[in-house]
Formats: sequence, structure tokens, C-alpha cells
Amino acid sequence: MIWLGRAILALVLLFLYAPIAVMVLMGFNASDLYALPFVPTLHWFSELAGNDRLIAASRNSVLVALVTAVVATALGTLAALALSRRSFRGKSLLRLLLLPPIAIPWLITGTAMLVFFYWTGIGRGLHAMILGHVALAIPYVVLVVGTGLASLRADLEEAAMSLGATPFGAFRSVTLPLLAPSLVAAALFAFAVSLDQFVVSYFLAAPGVTTLPVEIYTSIRKGFTPEINAVSTILLGASVALFLVFAGLTRIGGERERR
Amino acid sequence: MSGVEVQGIRKSFGGAPVLDDVAMRFAEGRFTSLLGPSGSGKTTLLRIIGGFEAPDAGTVTIGGADVTHTPLWKRRIGMVFQSYALFPHMSVADNVAYGLHRQGIRGAAARAEVARALALVELEGFDARRPKQLSGGQQQRVALARAIVTKPRVLLLDEPLSALDRRLRQTMQVELRRIQRDSGLTTIFVTHDQEEALTLSDRVAILDGGRIVQEGPPAEVYERPATRFAATFLGDANLFAGTVRDGAVATPSGPLRSEAPLPAEGAPATLAVRPEKVLPLPAGAAEPAGFNAVDATLRQTVYAGATSTLLLATRDGDPVKCFCQSRDAPALEPGAALRLAWSPTHTLVLGG
Ligand SMILES: Nc1ncnc2c1ncn2[C@@H]1O[C@H](COP(=O)(O)OP(=O)(O)OP(=O)(O)O)[C@@H](O)[C@H]1O
Ligand SMILES: [Mg+2]
Repeated sequence: MIWLGRAILALVLLFLYAPIAVMVLMGFNASDLYALPFVPTLHWFSELAGNDRLIAASRNSVLVALVTAVVATALGTLAALALSRRSFRGKSLLRLLLLPPIAIPWLITGTAMLVFFYWTGIGRGLHAMILGHVALAIPYVVLVVGTGLASLRADLEEAAMSLGATPFGAFRSVTLPLLAPSLVAAALFAFAVSLDQFVVSYFLAAPGVTTLPVEIYTSIRKGFTPEINAVSTILLGASVALFLVFAGLTRIGGERERR
Repeated sequence: MSGVEVQGIRKSFGGAPVLDDVAMRFAEGRFTSLLGPSGSGKTTLLRIIGGFEAPDAGTVTIGGADVTHTPLWKRRIGMVFQSYALFPHMSVADNVAYGLHRQGIRGAAARAEVARALALVELEGFDARRPKQLSGGQQQRVALARAIVTKPRVLLLDEPLSALDRRLRQTMQVELRRIQRDSGLTTIFVTHDQEEALTLSDRVAILDGGRIVQEGPPAEVYERPATRFAATFLGDANLFAGTVRDGAVATPSGPLRSEAPLPAEGAPATLAVRPEKVLPLPAGAAEPAGFNAVDATLRQTVYAGATSTLLLATRDGDPVKCFCQSRDAPALEPGAALRLAWSPTHTLVLGG
């Protein structure tokens, strides 16, 4: 039985990573028809440098993701603080409302946002994408920061205040440093949610102003070029780097002692 | 002047009253223990004095100044939490220096104060450690050093020793008392360990049902408990209920006398005697003149090294306890008859 389990695991990993490996390899292969033998080249990366549309889309993607990360982390952290430290009317309702967006298919959220933004005159474009991405990312931030807060005892701030710190001072000198890993993790999460976002971006993109995933999709429909492999490789590298930082901060897959 | 006084303190959580008109003076420089059963509101009262919680009604004064509406961070109190609440991301020295920095004391002056506080709790050389790298007793000392280094007006301690094992606990009790004497801090100490309260304190206060039921020096509260609750909560007590008749209380075990004033003739009364005040005599022996005496049957002898506890029953079957030195414990089998005698001086009249 064990060999069967191992075989299945091997197959899963193969199907998961083989296409990605092929894509990365082809980004460095001279042939534009995926033909072998493998002839290494950086040609497609230099082609990419001259592709203004892809470059502009990449810049938009990073810009939107950065703004999303900052805004969603700030708002989500405030929400998490309110949920964990204060009692107010409608608290459980808010808690209830903040989480389902994670489960709602992005296609539905995207359509709804498009209609809503059209109605309200917000329209389409980068600003609309930022709004949409922030809304999508906040629940993740609330989850990550909320988990971090739950592991912090409330009496630490009380101790700080009994020693003469104002509530804000206690927050800044005690809670914030202890929460920093969660905040960075939440920001990375929000950044990744935005960077990888296709469906919502697709609906909210204005003609000529797109993000990388949308641009890639549009170019594939026109005709595939290995430049896509090159840009995907760069995107992949960035995502993996982000994930590694995130994993290091939240200790996913590690048994190191907390705090 | 840094005595603490609370007056008319009321506090309820979600409609359930926890403190009900609490009034109490904590004299300057004294060590006062707050005793009471779990849920009696000890922590709540301490938190109200410290400013962690606002009372629904009543006032708190420290050193004669009304601080009821002074926020926590301006009250200049030192608090030692049961969980210690040390800042995990700071070294021992930074933990202790935290309060000094809030007061604007920095640099060499702060370092000198920190060193002095750490020396006081005998933790020299631990400056650079993180709280995680300390034992429970050491963390407790850091928490104490952090609370007193700022020279607070009042030191509040919420069961700071309850997480420690027995030996360490006894060592820390001695330390705590030494530090308190040296610093002369007005100290309020919450505990539900009655022995700890009796040995450590200048005064004890017993909290029950949201009120202070008795307050005074340990020996007085122990020897002269005012209520049945105080008598049974602080130490053990044998109770005898009856009716006042001819200057004595007629009980099923016979008439018993007390030197304390009794209620009016014909009124019900409860008398109490501490188990260590009871003299076990052979059956039929004459008790010392003027002593109260009852006949009892031995149920069990509980041997505890230096002392033994005799568990007995009166003629009516009511339980009676008697503590004696093991040397003096009568070598008797369960079922043996005994005569128990004690002085009317040690016979307490309980109200409530
Ligand atoms: N923040 C709170 N919210 C609601 N109820 C509370 C709160 N704090 C205390 N209580 C209630 O008030 C009562 C007194 O609590 P408190 O902590 O003062 O008791 P205590 O005497 O310190 O008990 P223990 O010896 O167990 O520590 C308890 O019934 C408790 O449930
Ligand atoms: Mg308590």
C-alpha cells in the first residue's frame, strides 16, 4: 500500500511542477515553437524588455499590489484590533461578514464589482482595481493579524500602561513589535492576492490599462510567444521569493518555537 | 503620604454585582492581604485601585488625592500580574527600564536604577536574558523589579506566587516581605492562601459576597473572627449552635461558656473554637476548672509528621476537630471515648 501512496504523491508533484518547469525552461530556449534540442538563450528576456505593453502591465501590477498591500494591511489590522480588543454593537455580525469573501468565487465578486462600480460612477481603471483588490485582501489580513493578536496577552499592554505608558505608547512599544511578523505576513499576503488576481482585474481593467495577468491572457489569445514564458518566469520568481519570506515569518512548515 | 482608601465601591459585570459597597483603608507603608474565596472580587477590587477597571460607584484615593478618574498610566502604581506579563521582546534590563523610560529617565541614570532593582531581587547578571530564558521564580522577580523600580506609590500584587512550587513560594514570600520592608511601599497583596496571608501581612482583609467582612491584624482576625464565614474561611473552626440560657449557650453537647458577650437570653447563638485550642482528655477525666467540656468519640487520627489531627464526633454526631503535637496525641483506636476541653477565653461568639 505504501508504494501506491508514494506513486500517487509522485504523480501529483509531477503534474503540479512539470508544466511550470517546462515553462521556465522554454523561457530560456531559443526555439519559439517549443522545439528541442534545448538551446539556451536570454533572447526572450531581451525581447521582453522591448515589449512596452507587457512592461506597462507589469508596472501596473506591482503598483496596484503595493498600494493594495499597504491599504489592506492598515484597514485589516484596524478591523482585527477592534474585533479582538473592543466590544461594540454588531461585533459578531462584522466578524461574520468579513470572512465569506474568501469563499465567494472571484468570478462572482468581479461581476458584482463591475456592476456596482458602473452604477456608482467609480468606473474602471487602476483606481477601481485597487478598490477591488483591497476589498478582496482585507479578509486575509484580518485572519492573519487576528491570529497574531490572539497569541498576544492583553495584560502586556496593561502592564505597559501601569508603568506610565499612554494607550498609544503601549500599543507602539509593546503590541506593535510583537505583532510585526504578522503585519509583514499580512502585507505579503495582500500583495500576493493582488498580484495574482486575474478575474477581478479583468473585469475592472480599462482599455489599454491592464495588469500583467490580464495582459498575458490577452496576448495568449492573439498568439503565443516565449516572451510570455520569460515574464511568467520573472513573476514566478517574485512569487516564490514572497512565499519564502512569508513562510519564514509565520513559520509555516517549521517547528521553531513561537515568539 | 501614599495610603490607599476606597469608599462605597460598587462594580457589577453584566448585571451581576461583584463588589457591593466596599470600604477599606490600606495604611501607608503597610502590607495588606486581600483574602477571599474564588470569585469574591479580589482581583476586581485590585484592578479598580490600580485603575485597570472603573468602578460603577465609589471613590479611590491614593495619598489623600482622589484618583477615581485618573487614568491608569498616571496613577503611579506598581502591579505584579499573576502571569507576570513580562515583555517577551525585551531583555530583562529593558523590561525593568521600561517604566523609567516613560518617566524620562534614560542613559546612565536609568542603568543605575535598573542595576539597583535587579540587585534587590538578587538577579544581578541576568540583564541580557530574555524572559523566555528565565525560570518561573526568576520571571517573578523581574516582574517585581519592574514594578518597584519606578518608585510607585502603591504596589499591587495579584497572586504573584500561585504559579510557583511550594519551596520557591516560601523563599519568595520571605524575599517579598524583605523587599517590601526595605522599600516601605504600601502593598496590597491578593491571595487565597490563608497561611500566606497570615505569615506575610501587617493586616488582612477578608472579602466575601462583594464586601469586606473583616479587616485587622492577622492574629486579631484569626483569634477573633467576627462571622461564621471569617472563622471557617481563615483557619479551621469547630462550631456549636444553641440557645442562650443562664449566661451560657445550651447546645446538644451541654452548656458552653464564652468570655465574649452573648446575645440576649433565649436568642440563638453559634460558638466556635479553633481546633488547636481544644485539649483531648481521657474519658471521665476532670477538665481544668471553668473550662468548657464535651464528650466525643474518636473517628480517625490523621498523622502529619509534627502534628496530628484528631477527627471526632460529638454525642449528636456533629464533627469536631482537634490539632495536637504528635508527641501529645493519645494513642487510641477509632471508637474510643474522649473528653474535649477548652477555655471560655478561646470560645468565640459568631455573628452572621
Ligand atoms: N471582565 C469581566 N467580565 C465579566 N465578569 C467578570 C469580569 N471580571 C470578573 N468578572 C466576574 O466577577 C467575579 C469576581 O471576579 P474576580 O476575578 O475579581 O474574583 P477573584 O476573587 O479574583 O477570584 P480568583 O480567586 O478566582 O482569582 C467573578 O464572578 C467573575 O466571573
Ligand atoms: Mg483573581
